[in-house]
This record gives sequence, C-alpha cells and structure tokens, in this order.
Amino acid sequence: MQKQDKQELILRISGVNARKCMRCGKCSATCPAYDEMEYHPHQFVYMVESGNIEPLLSSDSIYKCLTCFACVERCPRDVQPAKLIEAVRLAVIREQDKNHMKKGDLPELLDEDLPQQAIVSAFRKYTK
Amino acid sequence: MILSYYPGCTLKTKAKDLDRYGRKSAEALGITLEEIPDWQCCGGVYPIAKDEIATKLSSVRALAAAKAAGQDLVTLCSACHNVLKQVNNDMKTDEEIAGKANRYLGLSEEYHGETNVIHYLEMLRDKVGFDKIKELVKNPFTGKKIGAYYGCLLLRPGKVLKMDNPENPKIMEDFIRAIGGTPVIYPMRNECCGGYVTLEDKALANKRSGKVLENAKDMGADMLITACPLCLYNLNKNTDGYDVPVYYFTELLAEALGVKD
Ligand code: SF4
Ligand code: SF4
Ligand code: SF4
Ligand code: SF4
Repeated sequence: MQKQDKQELILRISGVNARKCMRCGKCSATCPAYDEMEYHPHQFVYMVESGNIEPLLSSDSIYKCLTCFACVERCPRDVQPAKLIEAVRLAVIREQDKNHMKKGDLPELLDEDLPQQAIVSAFRKYTK
Repeated sequence: MILSYYPGCTLKTKAKDLDRYGRKSAEALGITLEEIPDWQCCGGVYPIAKDEIATKLSSVRALAAAKAAGQDLVTLCSACHNVLKQVNNDMKTDEEIAGKANRYLGLSEEYHGETNVIHYLEMLRDKVGFDKIKELVKNPFTGKKIGAYYGCLLLRPGKVLKMDNPENPKIMEDFIRAIGGTPVIYPMRNECCGGYVTLEDKALANKRSGKVLENAKDMGADMLITACPLCLYNLNKNTDGYDVPVYYFTELLAEALGVKD
C-alpha cells in the first residue's frame, strides 16, 4: 500500500479529524503509558496528519496504549488520539504475518489467576 | 423486577465470585437477573475502528436479545459494560455500522440501539435506590475506610457510557455509604491499572497498579472495591510492593445484605 493510501486509511477508519488538534499536549500528559511510549499520543496526531507514519508503523508504542480512554476524555478539542493509535495498529496487524502475538506465545504468559478478559483483549488488540 | 443480564466469559470462570454475589444480592433486593440465552464473549475491548463490524456482532446479538425480551440489559464486568454500551451507541448513531451489522445478522427485526444498557451499579442507584439498600443492610461496614477503584472502563468515554461524571464520579462512593462504610476519595481512583498490557509487560502493570495502591494507601484506605476482574488481578498481582486488599463490590454488598455464605 502506498504511504498516502495508508494515511488515508488510518484517518478514515479512526474517524479522527487530526486538524482539530491544537497541540496542547494534554493527551500525552495524562497518558498512563507515556514513559513506555517512544511516540506519544499528541505525536501520533501530528505525525499522521503530516503523513509521517512510517516511524509509527514500526514502533512498539502501538502496543503500549492501554485503551484507557483518558486521552479521549481529556482532550479539549475532542480529537480522540486513542482512535488514531488503534487505527495505526490495525494498519500494521492487518497485513499478512504481522500479528503481534501468536498462540504459541501464550502458555508462558499465563498464570493461574489471569482473567480470560486479559487474554481475549490482548488477542483482539494484537492479532487479526 | 426482571432484567436481562450479560455475565460475560470471565464471570463464568476466574471471576465467579463477582457473578455469584451479584446475583444473590440482586435477589435479596427484589431483582431477578435473567441471563441472555446463548450469549457470546464481547471480546473484552471495544473495537474502535469504524470498519470493524464482525468484532461487534456478538455484542449486537446480546443487545437485540434484550430488546426482544423487552428488558434493560445489566452488565457487571467493567469491560463488558464498556463494550456493550459503546457498540450500542454505534448501532444508534452510526448508520453505516448499523446497516452493515444488521445485514450480517439478518435479525427478524433490525436493531438500532433500542436496548437500555446499565451497569449493575446503575441498577443499584436507579432501579433499587441507595436509600433502600441502606435500609436492607444487616451487617454494615461501620468504621471501614473503603476506596472505590473505578479504573478506566467503567466511566470512559463519559459521553457514551453516561454512568457518572467521568472526572469526579460518586456512584461507588454512594454505594460504600449505603453499605455503612466510609468512602476514601483518592485521585488515582479513575486512572488505569495497566489493563491487558499486563500480559506482556508486567513492569508497566506494576507501575500503574502500584501508583493506584500507593495513592489509596496514602489517603487512608483499608481496602479497595472494583467491578473489574482485570483490575482485581492487576491490583492483587502487580502491586509494586504496596498491599491494600481489593474486593469485588458485589462481595461486600452480599456481606452487608447478609446473603454471603
Ligand atoms: S489533547 Fe487533543 S488537542 Fe491537545 S495535543 Fe492531544 S489531541 Fe491535540
Ligand atoms: S488510551 Fe492509550 S494513548 Fe490514550 S491515554 Fe490511554 S493509554 Fe494513553
Ligand atoms: S468483557 Fe470480558 S468478561 Fe466480558 S464478555 Fe467480554 S471478554 Fe468476557
Ligand atoms: S482492568 Fe485496568 S484497564 Fe481494565 S478497567 Fe480496570 S483499570 Fe481499566
């Protein structure tokens, strides 16, 4: 897929209007995964908007978002950065052999108390 | 009063207590929770992308089943609650998603978000009433300082879930008062515990959950309550060295009502 098509796809399936962003950084300031992310929520917004998406596609940051909706709730412009991060992640894992987690990885990640919810959620987030 | 009920997969396995005490307490409060027939797992996280249709269908089926029964749909797990309410909102407000989902499912009657989804806590507040619960309490938690842990999925996005003020909620604190306890308000009560990322990044889960526990302890909480099996897991397992006991809120409710055994 061409770079421009990917940008268009990401914007379309996220439903986000990145141009509304005023770069206040509030989303990143409130993000609980901030320290673990190479690119932060506000950077996702302007990098997608400016078409600089390659670094995002290859960054582990897309697997660090907790989908806690804090940035969605607290953005003063209702940009909803988490939706953009989700769309970038989908643009990656929807490609062939790009699943972030494989069934074979599971056994060593499990412990007896882990709720099913964690497993089904991770599969939905990391695989297609 | 009979209400439709969506327990979700975790309440059938690792979180049986959340379910069992929830049902017992509801009975004691005059409400029968009628499990939706043949429900399927909602997937745990709301499929955010606009073109995700297949992943929303299990939720739509459950919502349509409640509509057919003519009942409100009660959820108990925070995650199910989040997924079902957000999918319901899509079915109500997004014609493209609703159109595609309806075509896939071929229900006898199209579904467009008619069902009213409520969390168990909303049922307590709006269908029973916290005053009524207070009257029915046999074993009050007098003198117990209890912190409400909302986490993230119970309240956000506030515009869609419409459960409580997402930044300054009080539904769980009112619940704590109803069972005779003293609520402890602490700033981290609506910040995320680390969620499913715990599966591959324990350090992150420890950091997030540790901050919640540290803050709750600093503010004087003897214990925390939650509605989410994953919150319970993270706060119990990934404590970063802080120990505050965490319970399902339904367990405390059952104990207060004298139906826990
Ligand atoms: S909070 Fe909203 S407006 Fe501010 S930087 Fe983030 S996305 Fe942009
Ligand atoms: S949804 Fe993701 S990006 Fe947004 S605040 Fe939560 S963890 Fe950070
Ligand atoms: S949210 Fe969790 S417990 Fe509920 S049905 Fe979905 S995956 Fe299962
Ligand atoms: S488990 Fe964590 S991610 Fe889930 S609702 Fe609880 S706080 Fe949020």
